[in-house]
Amino acid sequence: MPLVKGNKIASDTFAHVADDAELPASGDVLVGATRFLADPAEILSRSGNVGVIWPNSRDVDDLVPHLGKLAAVALVFPSFRDGRAYTQARLLRERHGYKGELRATGQVLRDQFVFMLRAGFDAFDVKKQSDAEAFADVASRYSVFYQPTGDGRVTAFRRRVARHAETAGS
Amino acid sequence: MYAYDEIDRTLVNERVSEFRDQVQRRLSGELTEDEFKSLRLMNGVYLQLHAYMLRVAIPYGTLSSAQLRKLAHVARRYDRGYGHFTTRQNIQYNWIKLAELPDALADLASVGIHGMQTSGNCIRNITTDQWAGVAPGEIQDPRIWAEILRQYSTLHPEFSFLPRKFKIAITASEHDRAAIKIHDIGLRILKNDKGETGFEVLVGGGLGRTPFIAKTIKPFVSHRDILSYVEAILRVYNQYGRRDNIYKARIKILVHELGIEKFAQEVEDEWVQMRDGILALDDAVVADIRSRFTYPDYQRLSDDPDQLNKAKASDPRFAMWLGNSVAPHRVPGYAIVTLSLKPVGAPPGDATAEQMDVIADLADKYSFGEIRVGHEQNLALPNVARKDLPALWRALDKIGVATPNVNLVTDIIACPGLDYCSLANARSIPIAQELTRRFADPELAALIGKLHINISGCINACGHHHVGHIGILGVEKNNEEFYQITIGGRADEKAEMGTLIGPAVPFAEVADVIEDIVEAYLALRTRPDETFVETVKRLGVTPFKERVYATR
Repeated sequence: MPLVKGNKIASDTFAHVADDAELPASGDVLVGATRFLADPAEILSRSGNVGVIWPNSRDVDDLVPHLGKLAAVALVFPSFRDGRAYTQARLLRERHGYKGELRATGQVLRDQFVFMLRAGFDAFDVKKQSDAEAFADVASRYSVFYQPTGDGRVTAFRRRVARHAETAGS
Repeated sequence: MYAYDEIDRTLVNERVSEFRDQVQRRLSGELTEDEFKSLRLMNGVYLQLHAYMLRVAIPYGTLSSAQLRKLAHVARRYDRGYGHFTTRQNIQYNWIKLAELPDALADLASVGIHGMQTSGNCIRNITTDQWAGVAPGEIQDPRIWAEILRQYSTLHPEFSFLPRKFKIAITASEHDRAAIKIHDIGLRILKNDKGETGFEVLVGGGLGRTPFIAKTIKPFVSHRDILSYVEAILRVYNQYGRRDNIYKARIKILVHELGIEKFAQEVEDEWVQMRDGILALDDAVVADIRSRFTYPDYQRLSDDPDQLNKAKASDPRFAMWLGNSVAPHRVPGYAIVTLSLKPVGAPPGDATAEQMDVIADLADKYSFGEIRVGHEQNLALPNVARKDLPALWRALDKIGVATPNVNLVTDIIACPGLDYCSLANARSIPIAQELTRRFADPELAALIGKLHINISGCINACGHHHVGHIGILGVEKNNEEFYQITIGGRADEKAEMGTLIGPAVPFAEVADVIEDIVEAYLALRTRPDETFVETVKRLGVTPFKERVYATR
C-alpha cells in the first residue's frame, strides 16, 4: 500500500507494530490505541518516533493529553462510506492544535483526497497504486471551496467579499 | 433569482470533469460497481430496475427559463422525452445511459445545474417553500438562507460520508409549505423581541419505516450563528449516529435514542466551542449572497383588471381554474400560478420535454423568466400579472397543465413505485392514475375540498404516505400487492402522522376504499369548509373504519 506525503509517493519510516508483537528497540513505530494508552510513558521513552492508530469509534479527547509527544496519528476509514475520521481529523487539527503527521489509513481512494486534505490529513495510505500516482492531479482538481475548514484554503464567500472590497477601493 | 457567478460555475464544471473520470474508470473496469456506487450516488445517479436514473438538483425549487429548457433538452436528448419532478424539488430521468451521463451533466452545467448531493449519505438538496420571495406575509426570502446553506453544504469535507442521508428544509411563512417537520433539520425563520432575524431549529423529523415529527432543539439561533449551529448538529450526528443498521442510521433515531434534551446538550457542548469561529457569518457575506438574488421589476397594476373579470364571467372553466390554481402575491396586481402536473390518468409529477419548453416560454412572457418546483410535484409561475391570467390559462390549458385540482383529491403525491424502483414492494403510479379517474369530475373534487392523497410503494416512504391526509402504503403479502391506508396525517405546521384504519386491502380494492372514505367524510363533515383532516381530527378514525370495513 503506497504512502503519499507532500503530493508524492514516499517511503514509510514507521513500522506498523501489531498489538501482540514485540516493539523494536529503535526506529519509528505506529502502534494501536489500546496498546499505546496502556502505558504511554514506556512507549514514548524508546528512541524513535511514535505514532498511534486511532479507531474512528473512540473519542479523540482520550488522545489529546499525548498529542504533543506524538509524531503521527493515523485515523481509520474502515470503509469508503464511513466518514467519522473526517470529524476526528478536524478536531485534532482545528480544536486541539495537533501539528504532527495526520495519516489517513484503510479504505483510502482518490475520490476522497480533496476531502481529506481539507479535513487536515497530510499523509495517505492509499489503497491502489494508480490512485497514489494520480494524487497530485486529483488533489488540485478543485479550485473552489465553499466552506471554511482549518486548511486555510480561501472560501468562495471570502473571495467574493474581497472582490467587493477591491471594487470599492478602486 | 440567484445568479451563479464564475466561482459557482467553476465548481460545477470541476465536478463534471471529476465525474467523467469516475465514469471512465467504471467503464474500463478499474472501479468495481460497488466502489463506483458511492461515487455515482454523490452525483445523483442510481441504478434502478431497468436503467440508471439521474436525479438533478433544483436548489430550493427555483428555476430560470433557460434552466428549464435545458432540462427539456436532457429529457429529449438522453432520455425518453420526459422527466419526473419529485417531492424534494428535484427532477429525475429514468432512462439515461451510463456512458452518456457525463455529457448530460456537462449540458446541465452550462446553465449552472447539476446532480451533486441529490443522493448518497450527505447533505441533500436544500429545500424551501416554493412560494419563497413572493408569498404575502413572509418574514424574509428564505432562499437567501437556502443558498448560504447550499454553498456551505456543497462538497463538505467533513459531512459527505454521514451515517445516512441528511435533509434540510427552510420556511419563512406561518403556513409551512416546505414540510420542515419531516426533515432531519427544519429551519423556521423568525424575528426575536429585538427584531433580530434568526431561526427556530427543529431536528429529527423523517418518514421511512420509523417516522418522527421533528422536535425543536433551539427556539432561536441568531442568523450569524446558523452555520455553526448546523455544523454542531452534523458533527454530533457524524460521530454518534448509528452505522450498524441502515434502518436506524438517520438522525431521528439518534435523537430518539438519546432523547431530545440529551441530544440538545451534546450539540450545545459542541457549539459553544466553535460558534465564534470561522463559521460565524458576517453581514458582508450575507449581503453578498443577497445582492445576487434579483427580483422582478414589478409594475403598478390593478388587482382587479377588466380582462380578468370579463374572462371570469364568460368562461366557467377559467373561473374554476382561477379559484383553484391562482394564489395571492405579495405585490398587488400579481399572482402565483400553480401548474398542475396531475392530469387525469397520468403519473403524478411527469412533464414532457415539449411541456417544459412551452412552460419556459410562458415564464419568459408572463413570469419574469422564473419557474418554481414544489414538493407536491407541481410547478409554479411565481410572478404573473393578474391581467395576463386569461391568456396564460389558455396556453397552459393547451398543454394540459391547467387541471384545476391543486390541493384537491386528485393532486396526488406518489413515488415511482414498482414500475421503476428496485426498492418498491408495490406499484404506486397505477393507483394514482385510477384515483384521478374516479375523481375526474372537477365539480366533485371541488365539493370535496382540500384533500392530499400520498402514495408510497414501500416503507421507505418517498411518497410521504405518513403525512398524507389519506396515506396509501404498498406492501407485499404472499407475492401480492396490498395497501395499508392511513388517515389524518399532515405535513404542514401542524404536522402529524396518519392513523391506520385497519387491515391492508388488495390492489383492486384501493380506489373503492378511498371512495368510501371520501363519502364517509362528506356525510360526516359539519359544514362544507370543515376539511377532511379537520373531520378526522374531530371524530378519530372509527367512523371511517366502520364505513370501509362494514362490507369487506
